[in-house]
Amino acid sequence: MNEMTNKWIGRRTIRPDGAEKVTGRAAFAADTTMPGMIWGKLLRSPHPHAHIRAINTAKAEALTGVKAVVTARDIVDFPVDKSVMLGIQDMRWMCRNVMAREKALFHGHPIAAVAATTAEIAAEACKLIEVDYEVLPWAIEIDDALKPDAPILHDFIRFEGKPSNIAGKLEHKLGDIAEGFAKADVIVERTFTTRPVHQGYIEPQACLVSVTADGKATIWSSSQGHFMVRAMTSMLTGLPQSSIRAIPAEIGGGFGGKTIIYLEPVATMLAKKSGRPVKMVMTREEVMRATGPTSASKSTVKIGATKDGRIVAAQGAFYLQAGALPGSPIRGSAGCAFAPYNIPNVLSQGFDVVCNRSKVTAYRAPGAPIGAYPVECVLDEIAEKLGIDPLDLRLKNIAKEGTKAAHGPVYPRIGFAETVAAARAHPHYQAPLGPHQGRGVASGFWFNAGGESSAQVNITEDGNVVVTTGHPDIGGSRASIANITAELLGIDYRRVSVLIGDTASIGFSNLTGGSRALFASSMVVTQSIEKVIATLRERAAQIWQIDPEAVTWAEGAAHPAGKNAGNFPPLTLAEIAAKASATGGPIGAGVQLNTTGAEGGFATHICDVEVDLELGIVRVVRFTAFQDAGRAIHPSYVEGQMQGGVAQGIGWALNEEYIYNAKGQVDNPSFLDYRMPVCSDLPMIDTVIVEVPNPKHPQGVRGVGEASIVPPLAAISNAVHNALGKRFYALPISPPKVLAALKTTA
Amino acid sequence: MSDMRYVVPRTLDEAVGAFAEAKGAARILAGGTDLLVQMRAGAVRPGLVIDIKKIAELTGIEETADGGFRIGGAVAGARLAEHPRFGKVWPGLLEAINLIGSTQVQGRASAGGNLCNGSPAADSVPAMVAAGAVATLQGPKGRREMPVEDVPAGPGRTNLQPGEILVGFILPPRPLGSGDAYLRMIPRTEMDIAVVGCGVNLTLKDGVCTAARVGLGAVAPTVLRVDAAAKALIGSRLDAAALDAAAAACRAACHPIDDKRGTIAYRTEVAGVLLKRAAGIAADRAKGA
Ligand SMILES: Cc1cc2nc3c(=O)[nH]c(=O)nc-3n(C[C@H](O)[C@H](O)[C@H](O)COP(=O)(O)OP(=O)(O)OC[C@H]3O[C@@H](n4cnc5c(N)ncnc54)[C@H](O)[C@@H]3O)c2cc1C
Repeated sequence: MNEMTNKWIGRRTIRPDGAEKVTGRAAFAADTTMPGMIWGKLLRSPHPHAHIRAINTAKAEALTGVKAVVTARDIVDFPVDKSVMLGIQDMRWMCRNVMAREKALFHGHPIAAVAATTAEIAAEACKLIEVDYEVLPWAIEIDDALKPDAPILHDFIRFEGKPSNIAGKLEHKLGDIAEGFAKADVIVERTFTTRPVHQGYIEPQACLVSVTADGKATIWSSSQGHFMVRAMTSMLTGLPQSSIRAIPAEIGGGFGGKTIIYLEPVATMLAKKSGRPVKMVMTREEVMRATGPTSASKSTVKIGATKDGRIVAAQGAFYLQAGALPGSPIRGSAGCAFAPYNIPNVLSQGFDVVCNRSKVTAYRAPGAPIGAYPVECVLDEIAEKLGIDPLDLRLKNIAKEGTKAAHGPVYPRIGFAETVAAARAHPHYQAPLGPHQGRGVASGFWFNAGGESSAQVNITEDGNVVVTTGHPDIGGSRASIANITAELLGIDYRRVSVLIGDTASIGFSNLTGGSRALFASSMVVTQSIEKVIATLRERAAQIWQIDPEAVTWAEGAAHPAGKNAGNFPPLTLAEIAAKASATGGPIGAGVQLNTTGAEGGFATHICDVEVDLELGIVRVVRFTAFQDAGRAIHPSYVEGQMQGGVAQGIGWALNEEYIYNAKGQVDNPSFLDYRMPVCSDLPMIDTVIVEVPNPKHPQGVRGVGEASIVPPLAAISNAVHNALGKRFYALPISPPKVLAALKTTA
Repeated sequence: MSDMRYVVPRTLDEAVGAFAEAKGAARILAGGTDLLVQMRAGAVRPGLVIDIKKIAELTGIEETADGGFRIGGAVAGARLAEHPRFGKVWPGLLEAINLIGSTQVQGRASAGGNLCNGSPAADSVPAMVAAGAVATLQGPKGRREMPVEDVPAGPGRTNLQPGEILVGFILPPRPLGSGDAYLRMIPRTEMDIAVVGCGVNLTLKDGVCTAARVGLGAVAPTVLRVDAAAKALIGSRLDAAALDAAAAACRAACHPIDDKRGTIAYRTEVAGVLLKRAAGIAADRAKGA
């Protein structure tokens, strides 16, 4: 299916959800209402760390207008001594994140919830809930949490036999690093830090839940997977999955942050108790205080190379902040850090550190930017020391088909070298730089993912097509599915309608995450369409009274396979559909798979910055991203993913950070003071799509959503070094830091 | 869950009457781009909101016979930008007002609201101070005038008396060879709050600076008028030594705080940088005039 004669695959068709979105009609979670609906609000912990001795809700319950109050007692408990996994989430932590149990673990941790006839009454009632706290000392930063006398968040966590805030460790090993470093002519070892950054989705979490008297729940919410919403709500409320219908709203951004839930189980219990539909909508402040950012990190990376630029050994220790409950993305950091290179001796370790801030949630290539940042900066120093062009250094050590990666796999055909070569050959790489400008490069890897996917393809009675899949569309997957369907059936893409089914109308489909949605759903859609085409050929054969084997499908119609088959004019999709009932009934097919074969994604970036030497402001003035997409089914949305990842990476590198005050509270819980880049902060981000088809996918697709955020942190840092001759080992490279550094050198 | 009343008086007297009668429970609403945000956050809960946008005197822009300007306290930034003459005479002040927020915010936000909100980081205020603008106030006890730099009393506070409303600003006539400029430092390029803001207004005669005023924002509890910086410029040809001296005076005037928006060291350093850059732009404009 990767022929260049493709008519629709690779075309920039109009997205099915476009008109609704640009005219403001798309319904997001907070747009949903129901007769009799009431409002839920959460009471949140005023302390970053405290034992909860008692909660008295009597006064709140007595307030006129209050219909239900919920505490941790209403949420299913998963005892800490037994892990219960749902995907990568441990329900022991999820139940405590949704509602604090024995302890409040961060400022903003939910303690109780109220549903009332108005949001104001619910908020008022929250204030009437009496909580007896025993306030405890807290630890916000990694260094604080690792001190010998640090307050311990969870006394059941042990590390090396002792109570600790290190909740987990992961190690990837290849060869013997001691032997490797012994062969090195140059060794660079550096320690780097990054700050927590938020996914920054525009749409705050929101849901509406209705529970009928017979215990059937309907949930309207915005998430990266309504099957995850159903499963988690089921586990946290005790309702069976068959009694929960989760309906996906359009989603206003997720970036990983909506791969878990916060409100749905609480709203479900409030709805169950009150007998009324309950709506909950977070404020931006709640989003910033209590929904996951990604981890802060402290990493030490050591790389050794020979004079001619062969990397002989690499070591990394990545400490990631998990937030209040275990589960930071150490797998992404330790696994992706060295994955782009063919290094014989590797030791890569990740450490999961709990501390009194909101539990981290997946953020675009979770952990991978944190892992790649120190590695790609150290490589820059090695290239400098050896006098080798940094892209050439990467090419010399490039991972390719057959390379064994420290995190496990032996790579099949991958397109990494092609991205580096494309960058090397691009005019940007040779373009002259202005005063106070500098250029940096970096590469990055993301695992990508397959997993469960379901699709149903139906031919309508008038000969058009409805495709239903089960993954929320965040980055244009509906448009891509329309292209593939049109291509395979040989019809105009405008005859294809693509919908996201709810949990009751389509089979289990895993999260839109891990850059998997198009990879996985196009596999099941392709197989469904193959079945539909087989049926269409059978129906034509029936009409012509010939053997189905003697019928071919092309250009949206059945044709006799050759002269021997008979001399019939083609039967179009519409003609066959019109005769469907007479020839055996409605035409459609569904396929469900646990997909495999999602091969890794690689990206290489070139970045130019300009520094205002008097104000310390770093501006990105040019940026070109090169990425292996496998096959770009819809180039606009591949480019969108590449640009989006870069934009978020720029924010992470230059300005975004959580600021905590002395009371252990987030001091900048708004977009005013949490400085995500605005449009005018960014240059037009140029993209070069490299296409090395994934041999394990019918269209050659590789995930593209995440690799794009992996290189920017280092590409920008390296560019700043190139501009100033000074290296920064801590993000963000914000104006006060730059100015202070310039003053010390002056 | 208290009730809130909303009134739209047509005359200043009506507005002052209602404001004084409410005894502190009322808030004046100009563009609302501060007030409504604060109300939504629950930071203020007025019992009465007095919308002043329908009062003619508060929404007019008038060029006076002597070449000065009178600007109503509730005039939106976008209206000032549309005025055929204002931006030609006061390009720096107009820039400062138009820096507030975005296109959407400009449709509502007023310089009067910017001043009365009492933020030390308010963008139009240092430019107003540099311009020598005078605020006209009207209250139960009548009308009075107050230099803009005397209006702020501290973060979120002003020296307006209970019941007093800011009617508008008077801008003095411009001598030939005058120019002004306002610059702010923000980490981003838009939609941010000034870490430091600096307004410079000066007059040149034969290349010599004969008059200057400097306003500094976000470096102290209130916007500052920095006379020492102005003095360093006056009498000079704006040579490097004079600019260095003025920058040093600005840095000396700073007594900022360390907060999430900037550090003491950074703000102090940047105040001097912005003074030099703004003075350069103001001088170019003065020469062009
Ligand atoms: C998205 C956004 C971006 C912003 N960006 C900036 C920025 O870049 N720079 C900046 O400086 N500000 C910024 N602001 C803040 C705000 O827009 C400005 O301060 C604006 O000038 C306020 O004017 P207003 O007419 O909307 O005031 P309002 O909100 O109507 O009033 C502000 C305060 O002044 C009082 N008040 C108003 N008029 C009078 C009067 N005539 N007499 C007595 N009291 C009065 C009100 O009671 C209130 O307390 C931003 C706000 C938003 C929402």
